[in-house]
Amino acid sequence: MTHLGAEASAAVTLSKADFQSDQETRWCPGCGDYAVLSAVQQFMPELDIPPERIVFVTGIGCAGRFSYYMNTYGMHGIHGRGPALATGLATAREDLSIWVVTGDGDSLSIGGNHLIHALRRNVPLKILLMNNQIYGLTKGQASPTSELGKITKSTPFGVSDHPFNPVALALGAEATFVARTIDRDRHHLTEVLRAASRHQGAALVEIYQNCPVFNDGAFAALTEKDVKDANQIRLEPGQPIRFGIDGERGIARGGDGGLEIVDVASAGVQSLLVHDPRRTDAGVAFSLARLAEDPTAPTPIGIFRDVQRPVYGRTANASAPVSDEQLSELLLSGDTWTVA
Amino acid sequence: MTKAVEDRERVIIRFAGDSGDGMQLAGSRFTDATAATGNDLATLPNFPAEIRAPAGTLAGVSAFQIHFASRDILTPGDAPNVLVAMNPAALKANLPELERGATIIVNEDAFTKRNLEKAGYDGNPLEDGSLSAHRVHRIPMTTLTVRAVEGIEGVTTRDAGRAKNLFALGVLSWLYGRPTEITKQWIARKFSRKPGIAQANLNAFNAGWSFGETTELLDVQYRVKPAKDVPPGVYRNVNGTTALTLGLIAASVRSGLPLVLASYPITPASEILHELSRHARFGVSTIQAEDEIAAAGMALGAAFGGRLGVTATSGPGMDLKAETIGLAVALELPMVIIDVQRAGPSTGMPTKTEQSDLLMALYGRHGESPLPVIAPSTAGGCFDAGFEAARIAIDYRTPVILLSDSFLASSSEPWLVPDVADLPQIDPRFAEAADPDRAFLPYSRDERLARPWAIPGTPGLQHRIGGLEKSDGTGNISYDGANHARMTRLRADKVAGIARDLPLLAVDAEPGARVLVLGWGSSEGAIRAGVRRARLAGHKVACAHLHHLNPLPSNTGDVLRSFDRVLVAEMNTGQLAQVLRARFLVDVESFCKLEGQPLFGAEIEREIAARQ
Ligand code: SF4
Repeated sequence: MTHLGAEASAAVTLSKADFQSDQETRWCPGCGDYAVLSAVQQFMPELDIPPERIVFVTGIGCAGRFSYYMNTYGMHGIHGRGPALATGLATAREDLSIWVVTGDGDSLSIGGNHLIHALRRNVPLKILLMNNQIYGLTKGQASPTSELGKITKSTPFGVSDHPFNPVALALGAEATFVARTIDRDRHHLTEVLRAASRHQGAALVEIYQNCPVFNDGAFAALTEKDVKDANQIRLEPGQPIRFGIDGERGIARGGDGGLEIVDVASAGVQSLLVHDPRRTDAGVAFSLARLAEDPTAPTPIGIFRDVQRPVYGRTANASAPVSDEQLSELLLSGDTWTVA
Repeated sequence: MTKAVEDRERVIIRFAGDSGDGMQLAGSRFTDATAATGNDLATLPNFPAEIRAPAGTLAGVSAFQIHFASRDILTPGDAPNVLVAMNPAALKANLPELERGATIIVNEDAFTKRNLEKAGYDGNPLEDGSLSAHRVHRIPMTTLTVRAVEGIEGVTTRDAGRAKNLFALGVLSWLYGRPTEITKQWIARKFSRKPGIAQANLNAFNAGWSFGETTELLDVQYRVKPAKDVPPGVYRNVNGTTALTLGLIAASVRSGLPLVLASYPITPASEILHELSRHARFGVSTIQAEDEIAAAGMALGAAFGGRLGVTATSGPGMDLKAETIGLAVALELPMVIIDVQRAGPSTGMPTKTEQSDLLMALYGRHGESPLPVIAPSTAGGCFDAGFEAARIAIDYRTPVILLSDSFLASSSEPWLVPDVADLPQIDPRFAEAADPDRAFLPYSRDERLARPWAIPGTPGLQHRIGGLEKSDGTGNISYDGANHARMTRLRADKVAGIARDLPLLAVDAEPGARVLVLGWGSSEGAIRAGVRRARLAGHKVACAHLHHLNPLPSNTGDVLRSFDRVLVAEMNTGQLAQVLRARFLVDVESFCKLEGQPLFGAEIEREIAARQ
């Protein structure tokens, strides 16, 4: 974000409080959204951008309330349209740092089209996708990330349609930055925010967000003390991918060209895949994204992909103000004739 | 040989052929030459809906009509005096609309057995006497064109055949004494990279002209003198699309707000996207959005950022944009939504005109969501409407719907180019950096009931807006009933108050007139033409035209009540009539046209006569 931060560096140092609005937060007690909000507010001063140059755009859903709680400029839009509103804003104003906060219903169901096109265009937006695998605000229907068989208000006999994998979807949509993190892991979440903010272009950050009211414990395998080490596959750039107690398991290329989980002791460290989010080809990232069917088994978190591609809108020349003379010339262009 | 020259006050010519015959090109070249002559004119293209309709069939007929005169004219004309028919299908499709005794010029070469069959003719109309009410000139245009371009290097027989539209243009240019230089220059420019093709087209054009001059088939040349009752100034020929885009750019320049247009391709509105995308130099950004919903959202997002946000579409796209327009009503941000109306419902007739989106524009959103609606009435008037839509949007912080239609978008007329200095300045009145001791109130209001427009980047004015109901003043979320009632009324009063800025509804009345003909949008020319003819026939009649549909000019009710009978003419089933009846309790009568064609002066004249 260097192009944005430069002017601000002379200004006073900002703190978390500068990013807290006076609005009372209205999520349910224990909602994962609180942790994400707090982490984002805490992280914002690092951007070195004054709050008035930051905009939060949201859609509808519990995550949609996010914009009201940030003491920045904010727009709470309509269901699924956050990326479209933000694309218009980004086209108009290259001097802003624009963040979109959305949910799994908002961005993967009703707003799916806008999400994939914002990613494909590489619009400079940081998109935080709070995935709780349920509809919260409308009180508990299945979402496009709800796992097969899940009993919800709208699926009394269990979800029968196959869920989306948001990271795989974003990679398929030609996203240049794709990451996954967890609401409860402040440190990891902040690391990912930092990387996303440094990325030039669109960044999609999937955040596993617990909804204690309608889908409690959906990510327990990745958050509970006794099991999380066995299930969190932390992707570290330049490092062989290992996980489990003392890293006894790892990811290696399988015989069929795909990825597989191996025992490091028997397979050997050299056989492990070294993580490289800058790989031009998104194939390995895609295989990593699809390693776990759902987050109840070993699941990769971290940055899957971080590559450069021309940023939307930055190729157009910013034009100087148009004078009345130039306007007059335009109006008189083409064949004209004079009536005396 | 010198031929007789006869004067004509006005002429309506229709060029018709297969969509591959280049009739739009011939028509628009004839138009440019006519504009240069100083005639007043109006044109109307008519395309087939299918891009590649089978050649030679009725579905594939493409036509271009021009009406030009030595006095001011109001419409592209009802019944053509001259038809150029490049094949049997073009003859068959257009014959019913010709005036009695019209001149028909046919490409005789195209009247083969096979083409006649494709057009559904049993026999040959050129032979069987069925055209006896008209004057028919049979010209072997293909043969003469091929002969004229023989021997030009790099030109195939196929290319030669293609140039026959220029031959036809040459004949017509001679017949009406159009200047040739402007057409020749155009040919040279257009085909500058293909000298062979340029030569072929030039030869074909010259051959057509000489044919007119020498053949005994055509014995008179007609002259239409320059129009004299035209206000002085610099003119250019524009269609509604061009004028509208220029009006938007002018508003952008005069407000200092760069223009952001987001659109999704749709007939007939795509032309706006095409035209504006060429004007980056004027600070215009265009986005081809992923869908109609996104296009509206992007325009609104740009508006939040302090830009002139515009989206353009047609009926089906309006359906999809409704939710975003409602958000714009709640956010109270400026935004312009252009609806180039076409015949519906659903996909309807995409290339045919209609005025059937009025009620949708006024009421087609959930909740109480009033917004201004304006409608240009002429091609040139689209400039003013584009400018005015932006001005109202910015002054009042509101989305504005501009209702154009397919006819306005594609018809053209000479346009008196305005002096830039005469265009009003539009002041965006952005909220300034805050007084640190006073809380910023994003939903406070000025004397127009407009709220402050505080754009991101302004220190100290950080605020959050959204679709949830807001507390009067602070803009904080509020579910309080009394507040909601107040906000609903404030939003409505703000829009109603725009009437204070609007000119009164002007009535063109003769003393003693008891019937008023009222219209809106693109029918103005037809209504005025019909009224003019009715007056010539001795009828006493008044007419008026609405350019603002919401709010209505403040004297509208008084005007309606001052006539015994009010006839509302519109291309729908009576949508404006319904609004006026509900609003003013006046028993207005409707004349409705739903054929996908503009209203004709003759129809209005007939309706007036029936009410005397
Ligand atoms: S419903 Fe779930 S996601 Fe929504 S606020 Fe409550 S806990 Fe959070």
